[in-house]
Amino acid sequence: MRKYLSKRILSSLLAITGLFVMVFFLARLTGDPGHLYLPIDAPVEVRKEFSEKHGFNDPIYIQFGRFLEDLSEGDLGYSLRKERPAIDIVLEAIPVTLSLAAVAMTIALFGAILIGSLAAYKPNGLFDRISRVVSLTAASAPDFWIAITAILVFSVSLGWLPTSGIGGLPYWIMPIGILVIRPLGLLVQVVRGSMITALSSDFVKTARAKGVKEKKVIFKHALRNGLLPVITVAGDQAAAIANGAVIVETIFGWPGIGKLMIDSIMQRDFAVVQASILITAIVILSINIIIDIAYAILDPRIRHK
Amino acid sequence: MSNNVNPLLKVSNLAVSFDTVEGSINAVQGIDFELNKGQTLAIIGESGSGKSVTASVIMGILSCPPGRIKSGEIFLNKQDILKLSDTDRRELMGNKIAIIFQDTLSHLNPVFTVGAQIAECFEVHKNYTKKESWDKAVKLLDRVKIPNPHKRAKDYPHQFSGGQRQRVMIAMALALEPDIIIADEPTTALDVTIQAKILELLAELRDERNMGLILITHDLGIAAEVADKVIVLKNGKIVEKGTLKDVFIKPKHKYTKELMNSIPGKFNQKYKRNDNIDTNPILEVKNISKSYDTLACDNINFNLFRDEIIGIVGESGSGKTTISNLILRLIEPSSGSILYHGRNIFDFDKKELFNFRRKVQIIFQDPFASLNPTMNVFDIISEPWIIHADFIDKNLHQEKIYELLTSVGLQPSDSKKYPHEFSGGQRQRIAIARALALNPEIIICDEAVSALDVSIQAQIINLLKDLRNKFSLSYVFIAHDLPVVRDLADRVIVMKSGKILEEGNVEVVFNNPGNPYTIDLLNSSPSVEKLLSN
Repeated sequence: MRKYLSKRILSSLLAITGLFVMVFFLARLTGDPGHLYLPIDAPVEVRKEFSEKHGFNDPIYIQFGRFLEDLSEGDLGYSLRKERPAIDIVLEAIPVTLSLAAVAMTIALFGAILIGSLAAYKPNGLFDRISRVVSLTAASAPDFWIAITAILVFSVSLGWLPTSGIGGLPYWIMPIGILVIRPLGLLVQVVRGSMITALSSDFVKTARAKGVKEKKVIFKHALRNGLLPVITVAGDQAAAIANGAVIVETIFGWPGIGKLMIDSIMQRDFAVVQASILITAIVILSINIIIDIAYAILDPRIRHK
Repeated sequence: MSNNVNPLLKVSNLAVSFDTVEGSINAVQGIDFELNKGQTLAIIGESGSGKSVTASVIMGILSCPPGRIKSGEIFLNKQDILKLSDTDRRELMGNKIAIIFQDTLSHLNPVFTVGAQIAECFEVHKNYTKKESWDKAVKLLDRVKIPNPHKRAKDYPHQFSGGQRQRVMIAMALALEPDIIIADEPTTALDVTIQAKILELLAELRDERNMGLILITHDLGIAAEVADKVIVLKNGKIVEKGTLKDVFIKPKHKYTKELMNSIPGKFNQKYKRNDNIDTNPILEVKNISKSYDTLACDNINFNLFRDEIIGIVGESGSGKTTISNLILRLIEPSSGSILYHGRNIFDFDKKELFNFRRKVQIIFQDPFASLNPTMNVFDIISEPWIIHADFIDKNLHQEKIYELLTSVGLQPSDSKKYPHEFSGGQRQRIAIARALALNPEIIICDEAVSALDVSIQAQIINLLKDLRNKFSLSYVFIAHDLPVVRDLADRVIVMKSGKILEEGNVEVVFNNPGNPYTIDLLNSSPSVEKLLSN
């Protein structure tokens, strides 16, 4: 188990190193990074001065050395628009997104396990048919459209919920609700599929032959086995939200990483874009490691490999 | 046998059907039988005879739908258990009636420890604490002779060998000391020596606790070893029932007689190979060794002559399949050589190897997995000709396929069908036709009849014999089933842990085994002969 984990963490570290290198060279592939860092309308003199100040005229290996040096000190550059270290800005935005992702995924996962398992218990039964139609709709509904419609109905017409901003519970309802819909729809389908397989497995027969009650047969014997593929998909979905719930954050004015990235790209604030990429990459790799740990906890066969 | 008035279990007029898209299938059609305490009833039948369905109904685990109990009563201690509510019925499951399944790897939950799975029986039916249940589970593991039970209880099913897993399954069934244990093909996947030990353990526990044992099997040898009473099922109906001796020695029904005749190992209609026709072997296996993490085969030597059938017997892990892979040159040896007509096959260049591949073919064990389900029979058999395009002209494909299908006992019209339209035995015939397509000299049969019912097995063995005579083939026949080898092979090699322990003429080795392991294997192999000779 420990060997398996250290292997996974090591390969993640390798991936992050690779990403650092890629980000550095991407900024230089297009030519003078000054073009990326500076606003599009910056005069020639300013560009020259900027290049010299940041050493963009030095040979590339010296620049790379400096990049690594800065990186080791946690310095990911300076936001030109906000005149603060880029890393500080990103570290303020990421908890907002992570809390959105955590709440939305918890709701989606538990909801999906319940609905999917019950649907799988009697495939093609009434509950299964309804849940199939609803989950398919949920998985394929465009979130920007739902967001706008929800604002129109609940905020504009009914006036129950605030249109945007952050604050207490009412501010969370619509963003979370919209973030939950797609993963929930998708996960219900995955849970249903894997639970149908698990419930028709031979070991379920053994459990029934022991006289185990149906509730335990489903939620203990079958679920533990049926969860494995679910975890993978749930992890992907969590990573997608962590990667920036761009639409929801933008529409509801949540200062998360998705909104920050879009804004920085629009404002050509390259240092912030670069810092955002690195931090989200670390978050996503961490989610992957958590999934691997979950896998190993759930399935002893992986643990013993 | 004294309390015939009040049998432990009485099944009367049980009928079960399955609702499918193509209509209703009558799996069990009105069967009756009784079982007393301390008795073993063997339910014998081939696949599709309804024996497992009967077990599921008694156990209460038949899935309905698609299954439907149309009629019948099942009395356990004078109470009709089919009339009980689900909750009352569940009280009996595992408690009064328990079941032992065949494929233990899939029947034990992979994500829970075996200790927890056994302890669950007590948690479900008794108000034991977790600790008490666990201690009981450890005790049971000890009772079924799992060494080091305290430690092993914390292990997961995949950490046990097949034989040990079957013991775990038995421990689970025994947990609450049920009145009846149903053993559904409990030893089918196990090696003969382990099978013998499991059967011995079951009989021991039955006597110790005076339980009724229902043994479901397709293996007549196993029934002959442990049963008191026998019922023979065919197409959901009982065709014969009676005491073991009555059914086995004086079978009345045509089907039972046929079954008894199909039992392998009788030495009947043996084709005598003339040892003098050819002195040069086709294949010489010389000092061959192959090691992975362990030594899979260790300095193996034998020759194969034209027209000869050599049987390789041994239990799992003995190195049988490694040898077949070496002969096919699917793997390279660690040392040693295999000479084909005097030339080492491991020195072959690309072209020589290509020609060699035509001459050596293989038939696999599982006729369901070894045929591509998306190809029809025509494509399956003709595929070798597409790879070896110079072998036969494309215009002649159809004619040749008809010829091959006829020689393996199928119809030319079958060439348009897909594998799923055939039974297991028919599929194995297709696999044989495919192996014959390139006029091979040597065919390797890797457990080629192990997955088949006994009557089908006999047919395929006869077919293999006929084909050998007709096409002058040599077989390397790999099997764990000794009677089958006795029926078919001219010479036999006994293997254990990668070594050849004994080699010789089949009749000599079987009648007069020289190695203690061979003696052990022969004694462990359940046989009807022992019963008949008593």
